[in-house]
Amino acid sequence: MDTELILMQLFSGVALGAILVLTALGLSIIFGMLGVVNFAHGALFMVGAYAGLWVASLTGSFWWGLIVAPIMIGGFGMLIEYFLIRPLYGRSIDDPLLLTFGLSYVLVEGVRIVFGSDGIPFPTPSSLTGVVDLGVGFFPIYRIFVVGIVFLVVVLLWLGLEKTKFGLIVRAGARDPTMMKVLGIDISKVWLLVFGLGVGLASLGGVLSGPMRSVNPEMGALVLAEAFVVTVIGGLGSLVGSIVAGLLVGVVISMTALFAPEMATIVMFALMAVVLLIRPQGLFGKLA
Amino acid sequence: MTSPALAAPSHARAGKRAQFRSLVTRYRVPLSILALCLLPWLLPSKALAVNVLIYGVIAVGYNLLFGYTGLLSFGHAAFVGAGAYITGIAIGQFGVPWYLAVLLGVVGGALLAFIMGALSTRTRGIYFSMVTLALAQLVYYVALQASAWTGGENGLRGFTVSKIELLGFEINFLDPVNKYYVLMMFAALALWIVSRILNSPFGAAIEAIRENERRARTCGYDVERTKLLAFTLSGTICALGGTMSALHLAFVPLDSLHYLSSGMIVMMTLLGGASSFFGPFIGALVFLVMEDVFSLWTSHWQIIVGSVFVLFVLFLPKGIWGTFLTKVMR
Repeated sequence: MDTELILMQLFSGVALGAILVLTALGLSIIFGMLGVVNFAHGALFMVGAYAGLWVASLTGSFWWGLIVAPIMIGGFGMLIEYFLIRPLYGRSIDDPLLLTFGLSYVLVEGVRIVFGSDGIPFPTPSSLTGVVDLGVGFFPIYRIFVVGIVFLVVVLLWLGLEKTKFGLIVRAGARDPTMMKVLGIDISKVWLLVFGLGVGLASLGGVLSGPMRSVNPEMGALVLAEAFVVTVIGGLGSLVGSIVAGLLVGVVISMTALFAPEMATIVMFALMAVVLLIRPQGLFGKLA
Repeated sequence: MTSPALAAPSHARAGKRAQFRSLVTRYRVPLSILALCLLPWLLPSKALAVNVLIYGVIAVGYNLLFGYTGLLSFGHAAFVGAGAYITGIAIGQFGVPWYLAVLLGVVGGALLAFIMGALSTRTRGIYFSMVTLALAQLVYYVALQASAWTGGENGLRGFTVSKIELLGFEINFLDPVNKYYVLMMFAALALWIVSRILNSPFGAAIEAIRENERRARTCGYDVERTKLLAFTLSGTICALGGTMSALHLAFVPLDSLHYLSSGMIVMMTLLGGASSFFGPFIGALVFLVMEDVFSLWTSHWQIIVGSVFVLFVLFLPKGIWGTFLTKVMR
């Protein structure tokens, strides 16, 4: 097989992986900080895609959708944390998981009521259509753009967590929330913001993936399973793990699609099973 | 001065309640079978009664793991689906007699549960839910791709069982009442097995693991093996439910393998009350009646069911039967 085709497929794997990185990062940040596995993560990804589409059609510009939708849905996420998840702290770890699962039902059905059950095409913005010749082959501009945006977000997130005072509080809070309370820091505000941030990352993923796959109310189901696979491979709560495993899974899916298309979705689950056999805590996870 | 005179009746009432509880617990299997015998005549349609029966068995099997062992699996649709698909394929493509097909379905489901259990019980805590979900989705995508066997997206058809020979009698299986009572025998068997498991030392061991895994380990229990056994038994009962649904519908939808179907089992169990014997069956009944009633009003009935579930998690995490036991029957 010619190298150009393999390179192109490799790159589209990276673009797919970039979206997975965003979703898994959101899931992982929320878990690392709040100890909550957000089962509504896929549904919120889907809601984000619809919100992006809606804002873009209102303003006539994809860019507004890209910026406004994640902030909007991130804010919505904070409402979820405040009114629904907060009462469950201190109860069984399964309770927030069950609640967010029920919530995903409500969200999917709510979107069906507002936007209808059929998929809606999400047009690629005209400035990002077409392909560009990088010397080794032609690559779709939109996918390069997606990889660039995700890279930017990851760098900003890293800077935010490592170099700011807020990041210090977040990292310390993930390690020992009781000590943070003793030191006089209102940890519940941090949790609120972190949940909003995680949900915002998922909905940014939703908006970005819109032009790459069509937008429909069921799209969250596969996304949730993918995000779980990535976080289990990378290690739940590990940000580096989310990034490495996200890119790995993306590349593995799209390389499999090249050689055995019918195995493309199956292979990531097989990869997860192998990781579980060898390292149950994930590649970058710590043993509990 | 007031206390002895006033306390006596309430004391007697409390004693009566305790007596009632222990009676209900002792005769839980005959009582449930009695209730199941009456069920088709209490519900608006026989089809709804059969559904309650099937999902009741599935929820009871699921609860062995969720309620009693304390493991929240989001992958039990895989065992329900495996039971249904294997039964359907055995009858439709190999012409196997129905009872053998049921046996094959149950054994196949048990085997799948053993494999998935061996992988997922290696993980701890919250990982378990995610891993069971992902492994069950693997089964879903395999069934989607293996369309030559499973019919892919269209589901599995073409294996109608129209009559059943039992003890020399020939029963018309297309008649809904006959169908109900034939399937009820399977349900009775499942309930008896689960009750027997819960009364055994093994039943005490899984509850010990739910309450305090570390202490159970210190007491010398092999926690991993016990969990794996509980997982396999629970999956086996769910596979039996799956074969029942295949016989009932003469059709296996692909969606029966989807994690949303697993979620439905979780919802039923929690609505009725996990870690109680009657809870899951009551939950299946309430869930399916809600579906039946609300889907007449609106095609978006799931938004109502989802909201009810969210409210239950927030305010009544013990479910209907669990709350009844702790609040009323104390």
